[in-house]
Amino acid sequence: MRKAGAETKTACYAMLIDLDRCNGCGACMVACAVENNVPPPQARSTPRTGLNWLRVFRLQTGGRDAFIPVMCMQCGEETPCQSVCPQKAVELDPATGIVGQIPERCLGCRYCMAACPYQARVFNWQDPHWPDGMERALNPRVSVRQRGTVEKCNFCHGRWQAAREKAAQDGEEGPVRYTPACVEACPAQAIRFGDLNDEDFAACCRQEGVFRLLESLGTGPKVFYKTSRAEVREAMRGFGEVKRG
Amino acid sequence: MVERLDEAWIARGLRRAPFHRFLLWLAPWAAMLVLGAWAIFLCLRDGLFHTNMDNRYVFGLWIFLDLTVIALGAGAFFTGFLLYVMRKTELRAVINSAVVLGLVCYSGAVLILAVDVGQPLRAWFTFYHPNVHSMLAEVTFCITCYLTVLLIEYVPVLLRNRKLKAKPSMLVLEWNLHKVMVVFALIGTLLSFFHQGSLGGLFGVLRGRPFAFREGLLIWPSTFFLFVLSAMAAGPSFVALTTWLAEKAARRRLVRDEVYQTLGRVSGWLLLAYVFLKSLDTLLWINRTAPERGFPAHRFYEYGGAFGTWVLFAEIALLGLVPAALLLKPEWRARRGVMIAAAAMACLGVTLNRFIFTIQTLALPTMPFDRLLLYWPSWQEFAAFGFVVAYGVLLYSFSYRYLTLFPQERELAMAEARR
Repeated sequence: MRKAGAETKTACYAMLIDLDRCNGCGACMVACAVENNVPPPQARSTPRTGLNWLRVFRLQTGGRDAFIPVMCMQCGEETPCQSVCPQKAVELDPATGIVGQIPERCLGCRYCMAACPYQARVFNWQDPHWPDGMERALNPRVSVRQRGTVEKCNFCHGRWQAAREKAAQDGEEGPVRYTPACVEACPAQAIRFGDLNDEDFAACCRQEGVFRLLESLGTGPKVFYKTSRAEVREAMRGFGEVKRG
Repeated sequence: MVERLDEAWIARGLRRAPFHRFLLWLAPWAAMLVLGAWAIFLCLRDGLFHTNMDNRYVFGLWIFLDLTVIALGAGAFFTGFLLYVMRKTELRAVINSAVVLGLVCYSGAVLILAVDVGQPLRAWFTFYHPNVHSMLAEVTFCITCYLTVLLIEYVPVLLRNRKLKAKPSMLVLEWNLHKVMVVFALIGTLLSFFHQGSLGGLFGVLRGRPFAFREGLLIWPSTFFLFVLSAMAAGPSFVALTTWLAEKAARRRLVRDEVYQTLGRVSGWLLLAYVFLKSLDTLLWINRTAPERGFPAHRFYEYGGAFGTWVLFAEIALLGLVPAALLLKPEWRARRGVMIAAAAMACLGVTLNRFIFTIQTLALPTMPFDRLLLYWPSWQEFAAFGFVVAYGVLLYSFSYRYLTLFPQERELAMAEARR
């Protein structure tokens, strides 16, 4: 059900991640890398220089681990990375609410990375390289980024583009429905993707136990987390003892 | 004969070391330059994986170096401002040296920035598609313009070379440039004011980084004004410090005592004003800005070690208030050792401030389940750092030998000889 005036022409895509369901398997990370032509780690890559658009953190609290997938939060209010980019390589699309990164314009100054509180942006520290034969499996809808540029999650922009083209062919108007790769790959169905202009989805994002990461910074993140475990919610507000998953 | 090989290029009445000793002095710096050039080449050829920067430490030694040398290089614009606008005529004795220092600092910073960005060939995009809301765009514009001004300001210094002065056309050019130099000093002051501020704004606007984020006036965060003021305070100290080092290296007096006194006094007052405003800003940040964004300020210092509360104390009290007091009391300032120690402390204070904003901001986690990360630069980063230092020393050494950086030098040498 869309909100009153369903004729709304724009979307406000968002994600809702159920932390009670996430078991930290990492299928979302793999699917994301495959979908978005993220090259495999190279000999000189380290965990701190690798290219991951989506990372899963492990939160040890209350004797039971919780796994927190973190990607670009597509901040909608005073988007921190957008205002700092010196040459307009970061754009917030008003039609989708998605923060786009344009690698062709990127200077590689990494100021946007410093500005991002979620550390959701990664830099191509070296030339991308795929093992022989693997380049044939690249996704033709997603351009490969070159060395010295910044990249990040864009809610699978290639899939959105494909959905939009199909909708245009079918004569449909308005925001399109599509599913990002991580949502599709999650075996526990922990990730839900939707449009905040859709009343049903928006209501899910408002229910009890739903919160956003670093909401107090006022950047309007569009990734929501949900858990019934009070200790996880509490630990996400403070500094818990944590190991990277 | 080798000893007198370049005598014709040295200004009359100035004593300089024999040519072979000058070459010996240059040799280690040249070696450092070559090693740095190799490291820079590796980074440009293969990418920045040669550095130890990573997705968290996106800025490292190089950006810290940039911020520091630009703050210290403020000595150039501020000495020009004091001389041409405030009519502190005694500073004519160090203005040429200050211009060379400024040129070294700014050109070094631009050079290392070109290595630090991932796509240096796209630097022109910033001029063609500028994001006018970005502090970095403002920094890029102002630094480029100010470097041009510094190059223009360097020309008359260069034209005072003995060989060049022998050509009448060069003399005319030097005379004409000298007449308009006040205009460039004013333009330089304006540009430098803005980019020193923008460099502070660079961190102050990071609303996603509560450690660096600051409230401000209109569109400028408080760091904008604090960076300007700290650079203005440290600049004259740096000019005094380098003049003293040049005197030690040359083993003779280059300027009169009054020059040190003026530089020290100006630096002291500005440092005091800076310490006062910085303290107010820190209190505001601790009590309002950080907590309002969900981060009680004490959390930033929980990690201790290199990032403990001592950093705050060292920055404001030890390297701010103490040198300000030393520079402001005439009896202490009159003692050369105390004055130079205070100037060095002021320069260290501004260096520590830039370290805190560049490195500590990135070391601290923002997400509750993340942790503090540390970083140590790679040899390529150190070597590139060394390249800029060596380049600076070489340019300054050549300028000192073949140009007249200190106009009082000849007069002081004659007075010494008479004694």
